[in-house]
Amino acid sequence: MPGALRILRAGFGATIQDGGRYGQRRYGVTPAGPMDWRAFRTANLALGNHAERAAAVEISVGGIEIFCETTTPVGIAFCGRGFSWRRDGREVGSAARLILRPGEKLAASPGTDGVFAYFAVSGGFATPVELGSRATHTRSGIGGIDGRMLRDGDLLPLSASGWPFGEARIAAPWLDRDPAPLRVVLGPQDDYFGAAALSAFFGAEFRLVAGDRMAYQLEGPEIAHERGFNIVSDGVALGAIQIAGDRQPLILMADHPPTGGYPKLAHVVRADIGRLAQLRPGETCRFRPVSAEEARAALLACENEVAATARHLYALQSAPHVGGRPS
Amino acid sequence: MHRETRFLPAGESALVVEFGTRIDPALNDQVRALDRALAANPVAGVIESVPTYRSLMVHFDPRLLSIAALIERIESLEGATPVEEKPPGHWRIPACYEPPYAEDLSEVAAALGLSAQRVAELHAGARYRVYMYGFAPGYIFLGGLPAELAISRRPKPRPPVPAGSLLIAGGQALIAGTPMPTGWYNLGCTPAVLFDWKQNPPASIEVGDTVHFERIDAAQFARLRQAAAEDRRMARWEA
Repeated sequence: MPGALRILRAGFGATIQDGGRYGQRRYGVTPAGPMDWRAFRTANLALGNHAERAAAVEISVGGIEIFCETTTPVGIAFCGRGFSWRRDGREVGSAARLILRPGEKLAASPGTDGVFAYFAVSGGFATPVELGSRATHTRSGIGGIDGRMLRDGDLLPLSASGWPFGEARIAAPWLDRDPAPLRVVLGPQDDYFGAAALSAFFGAEFRLVAGDRMAYQLEGPEIAHERGFNIVSDGVALGAIQIAGDRQPLILMADHPPTGGYPKLAHVVRADIGRLAQLRPGETCRFRPVSAEEARAALLACENEVAATARHLYALQSAPHVGGRPS
Repeated sequence: MHRETRFLPAGESALVVEFGTRIDPALNDQVRALDRALAANPVAGVIESVPTYRSLMVHFDPRLLSIAALIERIESLEGATPVEEKPPGHWRIPACYEPPYAEDLSEVAAALGLSAQRVAELHAGARYRVYMYGFAPGYIFLGGLPAELAISRRPKPRPPVPAGSLLIAGGQALIAGTPMPTGWYNLGCTPAVLFDWKQNPPASIEVGDTVHFERIDAAQFARLRQAAAEDRRMARWEA
């Protein structure tokens, strides 16, 4: 029996996620999946899991405390911006692969920066597969544990036992805050906006007002429509920048509905969607237009780097000190 | 492709093939034709396509396809033999317009200056075309609502309606697939399970099919809902 991990305390927003529920958008089903795919896949790949099919816990600013209720050690990994992790009270960094022993406690608490972290186990969590995925979509009550956020006392079933690797720190410099503008591909309804709206959009800073797994609401200069703000509903993709009647951007995130009826000025490129997801309310961002081909090249480069996660592992206690002395 | 067809990127991982900008059965037929052609001639890297009123969104894996290559493949499908169409299905859907299943019926009747009886008659008397799914799991968008039932959306969403609710707003009709708060009005409910997470695919009604509603009373509703709970195949109400 592979056993289970017990959640001692689940902060708000913790859910089970895998790569997402695809193939059913034509029936209105939201894919869900991780908000920061890069951090999610890194945690899985550090364990040799399938990058997207293995289910992990997505942790939000509420943090989490987990107790190892197994009879044998369990290989686990975590990765996310700004969180600090402690094993039985001892700091173990913000991205690492560990061997959790029976009776040990692991706790994640958010730092001053970042919104999402991922907690993966060797082999992935064995929560039920529904319509081809374990991803939780709380609005429709599907996936994960009873389609809801995780709660205190929940048992997370494991699908495998064992710890295939030793402990290691994951070098993930890309998790650091990066002030570079978020890249976007214009369209499909950029023709609903005039030159003034586009220069306002690309010329100014926008502040995140509020956000959840469905959408991030930004505030900045008015982005005025030239042709009204109602369109006949059409398909919606991850990262769509929707401008409704309030003339402010609403960016559709992992839990977005598959269709919508507002004009979409542009889409945040997949390579930058995690960077957007990790912004907190009050933080700001800018946008820069790129072609779909540039966005594709950026995504492939990003995916190649993630695929090489196994080469970015270092001894847990000694960080690599490139170009400087250990402090 | 028709000369009005536009290929619009939705990021680097999705492409919108837009046939027009109106709600029009002829445009929706073009959407369905391309959707069928893609299903019959699968393109490596295409994850799924999503038919809507007047465009098809094609989600793809940019590792395997560029937008330019996908457009080329879609354009080449035009020359291919059209896919034999399975005739669209027609569904008769039992519908109860009585309490407790018709929460907003009297509100709608008052707003439109009609009797509740007349609202139910009009809604049940029409034949609808399925244009798309959207908003939330199993929400079926229907065209063909009688003009007398045109009512604008609520200024604020109402509390969640149960699965199977028959909703109207903005001159459109839809069937709710899952409980969700909504800005639409609830005229009644069907006991038929039209969206089921346990089935794959989770729904049987397809875009392009037609539906009409057959009035039942609250006692029949309870009986049919019980039957649907006992035998999920009862969910298939094809006429």
